[in-house]
Amino acid sequence: MRDLVVAESLSAGYGDRVVLRDVSFTARAGERIAVLGPNGGGKTTLLRVLLGEIEPLAGRLERPARCAVVPQTERSRLDFPVSALDVATMGTVGTLPWWRRPGRAQRAAARAALEAIGLADKAQATFGDLSGGQRQRVLVARALVRDAPVVLLDEPFSGLDAVSAEGLERLIAELAADGRALLVATHDVEQARRWDRVLCLNGRQVAFGAPADVLTREVLEATYGEAIVTLPGAGDEAIVPPHHHHDGHAHEHA
Amino acid sequence: MIAAIGNALADPWSSELLRRAFLEVALLGVAGGALGCWVVLYELSYSAESLAHALLPGLVVAALTGLPLLVGGAAGLLVAALAIALAGSIPAIGRDTAVAVVVTALFGLGALLALSPATPAGLESLLFGDPLGVSDADLAMAGALALVVVLALGALHGRLLVVGFDRSVARALGVRALAVDVALLVLICVALLVAVQGLGNLLVVAVLVAPASAARLVSRRMAAMLVSSAAIAVAAGIAGLYVSYYAHTAAGASIAAALVASLPLAWLARALSGSARRLRGA
Repeated sequence: MRDLVVAESLSAGYGDRVVLRDVSFTARAGERIAVLGPNGGGKTTLLRVLLGEIEPLAGRLERPARCAVVPQTERSRLDFPVSALDVATMGTVGTLPWWRRPGRAQRAAARAALEAIGLADKAQATFGDLSGGQRQRVLVARALVRDAPVVLLDEPFSGLDAVSAEGLERLIAELAADGRALLVATHDVEQARRWDRVLCLNGRQVAFGAPADVLTREVLEATYGEAIVTLPGAGDEAIVPPHHHHDGHAHEHA
Repeated sequence: MIAAIGNALADPWSSELLRRAFLEVALLGVAGGALGCWVVLYELSYSAESLAHALLPGLVVAALTGLPLLVGGAAGLLVAALAIALAGSIPAIGRDTAVAVVVTALFGLGALLALSPATPAGLESLLFGDPLGVSDADLAMAGALALVVVLALGALHGRLLVVGFDRSVARALGVRALAVDVALLVLICVALLVAVQGLGNLLVVAVLVAPASAARLVSRRMAAMLVSSAAIAVAAGIAGLYVSYYAHTAAGASIAAALVASLPLAWLARALSGSARRLRGA
């Protein structure tokens, strides 16, 4: 499998302030990588470096020219007079010169992306009227329009009900099977166990590797601090970070 | 009866003065109505109002010295923008407060200058507009404004949507949010400068904010909102002139009243169509 992203001893931050240091990992085509870490642990900063929004402060980074991102849904305006197709079409705008607005070809590409994520029938629905899970899928479609080999998802499961989350997880598996590399910031350790590799961040890289090797009590304690919760009577399998032992954690994000 | 209504509608058009006023409000309506949609969606209504008021001293100084109002207004806007940036950079003063302080100070300065004995007559038209007194140059400016606004909004449509919808991801989608913001602000400033001469310093914001708010209530897509906002602005401008003609009210104020009246009307239309839908569904 091809390495799509290679990071070696990467440090990143804002101005003189280093938020994340010593990050070394690779992302190969077809892989789902869970990015775990507490809020403020550097997950979002890593995504921004991978997107090229900020330059690494130190270290080496190889990444494809185009990385797509699926942001947290609650940042998008639900009151905007736009359809699902309009939102997916937004993904094409950056490919056009500034004086051109998306035309037929761009809308066709957006329609194909909506089809790929199984929402072709909702193309004309108003974005704000869709369910949380459908909105998240439309934002995935917007990212797919640019046909980027690496897709970054910033806590896409937050605020989703069980059925929507299951659908999104299936979609993520399909996208990876198509040969993309997906980095998914998440709080869900159980989910991370089912994926290909795990990257644990807490201001620095705590661990990177296969879930079975990485998701140990020691690593999770180093990632989340001492405050992790062990469910009674279940060994390492049931360790959960402190803010994920109940459903619905959309309120965590400032 | 129908002939009487027809006569009443046609009568104002026989006056050259009113024909020019109709054209002026229609052109400003197209520009203000369309641009206003982005003002409302970007939540810039307060900024637009502040800018309009802050350019008063520039207008008054221009009127006092005989400079073109456009030049005075542009200088006024520049001073206001710099003063707001300066006041906003003082740590203890928030941006909101900075705008309020600067705008009140500048508007007060404008009023002070305007009320001095040396001021020539015609200050009233700076404050309340004088659509019946538009010159050929005013009409040409309004026409150019409508053209520039329509072309610019057409070209920037996709980028305005991306940034307005979720600014945090604009960069990743290949759109520079700052450039889009600056373009929108420049358009707003130009529109204010041109429209202030027809509609007046106090009322000019009505054409940017009221039709777009009304259109937002009755549209579910951006294209529909842009078209209906421009249509509402043109219709309200013309309705205001009719009211002014028959009720002998001030033209600028009548237009502003008609523009603002579109908002409750749109709200009513939405409520009625909502209950009609429910009745059909029941």
